[in-house]
Amino acid sequence: MANIPENLHYSKDHEWVEVKDGVATVGITDYAQHSLGDVVYVDLPRVGDNLASHEAFGSIESVKAVSEVFTPVAGEIVEVNDDLNDTPESVNADPYGAAWMIKVKMENALEADAMLNAAEYEEYLSENE
Amino acid sequence: MRYIPNSPEERGEMLKLVGLDSAADLFRSIPGDVQLNRALKITEPLAESELISGMEKLADKNTAAKRPSFLGAGAYSHYSPTVVDHLIQRSEFFTSYTPYQPEISQGTLQYIFEFQTLVCQLTGMEVANASMYDGSTALAEAVLMAQRVTRKDKVIIAQTVHPEYLEVTKTYTQHGDLKIETLHFDNESGRISADDLSNLDDKCAALVIQSPNFFGCIEDVKALADKAHSVGALLILVVTEAISLGLLKSPGECDADIVVAEGQSFGIPLSFGGPYLGLFATKEKYVRNLPGRLVGVAYDKNGNRGFVLTLATREQHIRREKATSNICTNQGLIALAATIYMETMGKKGLQEVAVQNAQKAAYAARRISEIEGFSLPFSAPKFNEFVVRAPKSADEILSKLLSEKAIVGGLSLSRYYSDNPNDFLVCVTETSSREQIDNLVEGLKEISK
Repeated sequence: MANIPENLHYSKDHEWVEVKDGVATVGITDYAQHSLGDVVYVDLPRVGDNLASHEAFGSIESVKAVSEVFTPVAGEIVEVNDDLNDTPESVNADPYGAAWMIKVKMENALEADAMLNAAEYEEYLSENE
Repeated sequence: MRYIPNSPEERGEMLKLVGLDSAADLFRSIPGDVQLNRALKITEPLAESELISGMEKLADKNTAAKRPSFLGAGAYSHYSPTVVDHLIQRSEFFTSYTPYQPEISQGTLQYIFEFQTLVCQLTGMEVANASMYDGSTALAEAVLMAQRVTRKDKVIIAQTVHPEYLEVTKTYTQHGDLKIETLHFDNESGRISADDLSNLDDKCAALVIQSPNFFGCIEDVKALADKAHSVGALLILVVTEAISLGLLKSPGECDADIVVAEGQSFGIPLSFGGPYLGLFATKEKYVRNLPGRLVGVAYDKNGNRGFVLTLATREQHIRREKATSNICTNQGLIALAATIYMETMGKKGLQEVAVQNAQKAAYAARRISEIEGFSLPFSAPKFNEFVVRAPKSADEILSKLLSEKAIVGGLSLSRYYSDNPNDFLVCVTETSSREQIDNLVEGLKEISK
């Protein structure tokens, strides 16, 4: 059973978002990392790039495949987790913590409210199993 | 003996099936006035011995190949040990294409791995790919790679880079958002001055230089690399004469970020412009942005060594729109020839060839500069090529030298640079004998009188 923390927002592309003071932290879910398998490389954008909702901002390379990661919310990238360059395996080990990917200064602070909550995401996963 | 595998009956059946009366009907859509409508003008069938002697007669008409030549400028005459040709003609190598189901072709992957290793040792860089088409397309790929790494769109290319490499780079990148600016050289030294880089700024993805440059002059690579790095740009070093790497300080030691080279000098004969071989090496931190194929070494669960294609996600058959390049092949056989050449020569052999080149060129340069009216316009140190300034038009002197003395004296620079019509480029390698050099000097003396 995938780990789905209560306090986060979820997308159907299996990203999570945590909003604090209008800044969204984005990563991928436990379910996503498990599906990808061992992650060997994470390609991230640069601070200052502007993203539209659902735009691809980077890619995750696992031993199985390369997958794009999409931002659920629009805005400017204010921080990027450069630690993932050296420790891509933390995407598998700690997807909701050490493996956060980008922080986005949200154009619309309410955008994340339209996303799935933990219960809805869990239901979405069980429907799509 | 006929070489058409199907019989007239079988062809008749096929035609009947598609509803045609004759094979000629297949060409109906081609307008009659562009069809040949007659037999080719070739002789009747010949016996094998007649054919060979006929071909020999034709080959004898090609006197150009026998004339002493002092042409260089990106295509160099070097001695290639016979083992190179012998080994590459083994059918396992000669007939195999770049591996698309790679791991089944361990032999191919192993020699590519050896090639990459040798290119790294030679250039002093950390990672090299499985090769590119040639030096000029490798440069175009290097420029695009610098654009990806730095996310900047301006590239400065020194005017002392081979003009045809510049043209290829412009052609290759013309539909992207790359801006190419050129950088003038110093008229006294014949190279780029590190103090004169006014258009190098923080908008630059890369500074591109060549050493030895198009005039044969050795650039101050380290100083130029430092300048490029001071504004966050990469230093791309072009090497058109790979033999020079046997003598000069390695690009890695000079802190170049990307090295592209033409590998023709390594066991690949001069043959009307091809096939050539692009070498491409960089620092490990840029490996994700490298174009082309890359072979790595791996171990299976029993600890046996094997070779694999690695980091293939950069390539277009994985994610076309995100690929680092359109290239998904390499110069397999030619890279093998270069590998065998380098392994045969060894470090010491390569150094010896390089030293011979430099010494013979220095002798030729000194002798030519002693002829009345002739001079060497550029003061920078040289490898095996140098510019000569003649007392009259270089085109005229070179054409007389050819018609009266049967010597190909060099390359007139007027086709690339209009300012000095009397300048020409002379290349001297280990294949030029002392007698040939002396004849060149005597020829120039007589013709310029």
